[in-house]
Amino acid sequence: MRNFKQLALGTAVAAGVGLTGILSTAAQAQDTNYVPLLTYRTGPYAGSGIPIANGMHDYLAMLNERDGGVGGVKIAIEECETGYNAQKGVECYEATKGKGALVYNPYSTGITLQLIPKAGVDKIPVLSMGYGLSAAAVGETFPWIFNVPDTYWDGASVIIKYIGEQEGGLENLKGKKIGYIFLDAGYGREPIPLLEKLAEKYGFELMQYPVPGAEMQNQSSQWLNVRRDRPDYMVMWGWGAMSPTAIKEAVKIRYPMDKFIGVWWSAGDDDAAAGGEGAKGYKALNFSGVGGDFPALNDIRKHVIETGNSSTDAASVGSTLYNRGVLNSVIIAEAIRTAQEKTGKKVITGEDMRIGLEALNLDEARLEELGLKGFAHPMKVTCEDHGGSNPVFVQEWDGKQWRQASDWIEPMTDEVRPLLEAAAKDYAEKNAPWPKRTEPCPD
Amino acid sequence: MFYREAGQFKTSYQADQALFPILQDRIGMVVILAIAFVAIPLLANDFFLTSIMIPFLIFALAAIGLNILTGFCGQLSLGTGAFMGVGAYAAYKLTSIFPDANIILMVLLSGVFSAAIGAVFGLPSLRIKGLYLAVTTLAAQFFLEWCFIRIPWLYNYNASGAIEVPRREVFGLVASGAEATPIVRYFIVLGITVLITWLMANVLRGRIGRSWMMIRDMDIAAELMGIRPLRTKLMAFAVSSYICGVAGAMMVFFWLNAAEPSSYSIRLSFQILFMVILGGLGSLGGAFLGAAFIWILPVALKFVPGLLGMDIAAETVEHATFMTVGALIIFFLIVEPHGFARLWQIAKQKLRVWPFPY
Repeated sequence: MRNFKQLALGTAVAAGVGLTGILSTAAQAQDTNYVPLLTYRTGPYAGSGIPIANGMHDYLAMLNERDGGVGGVKIAIEECETGYNAQKGVECYEATKGKGALVYNPYSTGITLQLIPKAGVDKIPVLSMGYGLSAAAVGETFPWIFNVPDTYWDGASVIIKYIGEQEGGLENLKGKKIGYIFLDAGYGREPIPLLEKLAEKYGFELMQYPVPGAEMQNQSSQWLNVRRDRPDYMVMWGWGAMSPTAIKEAVKIRYPMDKFIGVWWSAGDDDAAAGGEGAKGYKALNFSGVGGDFPALNDIRKHVIETGNSSTDAASVGSTLYNRGVLNSVIIAEAIRTAQEKTGKKVITGEDMRIGLEALNLDEARLEELGLKGFAHPMKVTCEDHGGSNPVFVQEWDGKQWRQASDWIEPMTDEVRPLLEAAAKDYAEKNAPWPKRTEPCPD
Repeated sequence: MFYREAGQFKTSYQADQALFPILQDRIGMVVILAIAFVAIPLLANDFFLTSIMIPFLIFALAAIGLNILTGFCGQLSLGTGAFMGVGAYAAYKLTSIFPDANIILMVLLSGVFSAAIGAVFGLPSLRIKGLYLAVTTLAAQFFLEWCFIRIPWLYNYNASGAIEVPRREVFGLVASGAEATPIVRYFIVLGITVLITWLMANVLRGRIGRSWMMIRDMDIAAELMGIRPLRTKLMAFAVSSYICGVAGAMMVFFWLNAAEPSSYSIRLSFQILFMVILGGLGSLGGAFLGAAFIWILPVALKFVPGLLGMDIAAETVEHATFMTVGALIIFFLIVEPHGFARLWQIAKQKLRVWPFPY
């Protein structure tokens, strides 16, 4: 009984200490730029989350070590574990926003959707790089949300365009069957409206295979249906444990891997490696560099990994998702730099950061300066277009590693843009009264 | 000594039947309410309100809902998460159809839909008992979750499949949506929770509550004494689902602002069930204690390493919190299987006889 009392007392004291901590969360010291990273290294999506978190952390840490931050001001990095859970994501947001957060990268479409209405109120932009709400690319309606370099709808259109190329022209898609296997959550459902529209236009049949999040490691029934339906191509929107499982199942039913194309989030090295030899030929979209042979990545190795300031395994530098995380941090750092130039301040706020993101212009020359020549397609954000609809490429798994399998392919902007605008209008109507844009356009 | 009712004489039936017949209880309740209504709003920051108090109160209310069914009426249910979801989706549809109606009213009304569905899924309870009933309520959980995903009308055909809470005003104050201040949301949630808890405290010690407890303790004996099992059990299902539905609607409107179907998954059902079991079956206060343990403790523990000056990676803290809370759950259940409510009773008894324990 005495032990019990001690333990109960201990629990109460620990909880009390924690609560006082919550009540006294002070603002960050005013000589740094504070960037909270909403990451997930635990839970069923950790397999995809860890390389991304490492990439984001390491690039910013490298800037701190090598250049002393951006514009001479260090970046204060804080990770908050979300577990890909929307409730915890909001908790992380509430816990960090008071410390002068500059930008949020939720890495979950579910969390992004929750943050979209808050962003304009709290004056902190959300950078959902290549995920989240596609309609957020319409800057007129969503001044605080950025989804450079591409929306899911851009990605879906590139896949259809690529399939058309394989078939010798988009007109040959008529009568073909294209299967779409997706995580049955906001993320996987996002591209369906565009795919349906393209199916109508080009006359192919879209067959949907939803995979519930709770059962993503057991997809035999979906793949049984695939075997029955025999689609000519399979398109995948998978994340976390879903992608490697899908690839394994595809290998099992002997689905021709060169006709299986994943979105850029199903492009992890571990995802493809799960299929073993049989996964050879699996394709996925990508917009961040393949391989670890870039000067900036060498600097990360030198300044961060070899000095032991990171939990990254040196071998994973250069893997697709790690590079994706690095690209995310490159955009953050460049937006901070742009914001510093535009406002003349060194220590910036969320509002300045929004200006920096909106005026972001990552051109070829700048990428080379950063030591990332060819790492990404040059991207430019405008007031109207927060997505950019930048070209992406297709990469192919050769059994050991990814290699680029196509040139940069432009999305079907003329198809996507009107849909984006209609969707943004629809969102604003459903969430009426949606605030009108009052933020001026940075020149 | 501190908690001695000796000398407190009742001179009327009314005084004898009061909700808190003992002076110390009345003082304690006034202090708790004063803290909740005055001290916390004055002292707390936004994070404390939005990430601790609001979810805590919502979970406590849901735990009361489940406690009525499981703790007071003895019907084990695993469908709590889905019934909360019904409330959330009903409130969302109601406020989309009647955008000008008072949102608090809509939230309270949404429970009615949840109650109706709860009563339907309660029908098997007349034939099925115990663990078998848990399986049929589990079916409700999966069926309703399937509906949230597959019936686009429920989420107004949003491309994301999630419900997003629109801005609504109550008496000139923004009550829901992103612009609603935490303090307004806190007062709405607190008000509804206190009101329903007070109502339930009275229902439970009256005729209806006693008939539920008769069914729980021995249904055949209750039937012989003239309690109709059909009506009583279905009423327990309906009342329980009503409260869960209101809690679920508050969860999306005043806490999360947007909800995917996965927010109302089986995980939530278990979370609420653990709150009820840890807090104590058949106790209203226990529902609050259980909710505090399951929700507040992990959030608070996460801040401990930072305060002690330890620099530990975010995911390690997460793992450590997970393990600590798990170990504590097992520990408390071994030491006191009847939950925190029983611990509180033991503490009261000790206070009564202190300083001369016998």
